[in-house]
Amino acid sequence: MTWSLDIVLLMALAVTALWAVMATRLIYAALGLAFASIALAVVMFRMGSPYAAVIELSVCAGLITAIFISVISLAKHETVAEIESRMKRRWKKYAPLPLVAAAVGVALSLVAKHPRSMPQPLAETDVRKVFWHMRQADLIGQIIIVLVGAFGIVVLFKSWRKK
Amino acid sequence: MSGANLHLLWTAGAFVVMLLVIGFYCILVSRNLIRILIGLEILAKAITLSIIAVGYATKNTALSQALAITVIIIEVFVIAIAAGLVINIYQKHDSLSTENLENLKG
Repeated sequence: MTWSLDIVLLMALAVTALWAVMATRLIYAALGLAFASIALAVVMFRMGSPYAAVIELSVCAGLITAIFISVISLAKHETVAEIESRMKRRWKKYAPLPLVAAAVGVALSLVAKHPRSMPQPLAETDVRKVFWHMRQADLIGQIIIVLVGAFGIVVLFKSWRKK
Repeated sequence: MSGANLHLLWTAGAFVVMLLVIGFYCILVSRNLIRILIGLEILAKAITLSIIAVGYATKNTALSQALAITVIIIEVFVIAIAAGLVINIYQKHDSLSTENLENLKG
């Protein structure tokens, strides 16, 4: 791995996450979150996890952004005066956040200069074997979550349509 | 585990903690329901990054990918259900602010 590129990607992830939190308009916040997902997917790909990276890219950067934008579009749009008054309050609230996040990052990077040794675990290299043979309980849990999620969405949107 | 891998683990760990700080700050400070969901999403990204970084550092990427995929699936459906709830709350209260949710006050 090239260190400088990984650091740049991780910094891009942190900056886009900050942007998602601090953006004044919700639509920009959703886009910031999508860019954070893209940065995370690239980091995952470079860390030797291509399957998880593809799912992160398609599901988190695609599907979740679509969900957020559809929810934002259902809410009413603010006027310019409302946005300006909210911006002043928001900057007061969120001004310490970049400083706090940077201070935490610097403090932890100072600790990172002193690595200690850890034991090497036994590893299965094939993700399909891990997923289908070793982590079957996770798979069953995921199926249950998908079914419960689908049922929940149907119930929630049904009650919304009736109104 | 080699020194380079441990160094990467520490560096990724620093960014994981930064993402956790950003996500928790967003959840604690924001009054907007959609922004709270965005904070939750950032927390989930921190967890995914930590799983992948540990898998890379320990050369156990297969297991870490399986766990990361599980986390992503859970994250999507939590966000989808929460988004449905937010839409219902908005329909009922005509607002996305948590300050207007007073029906559950004891």
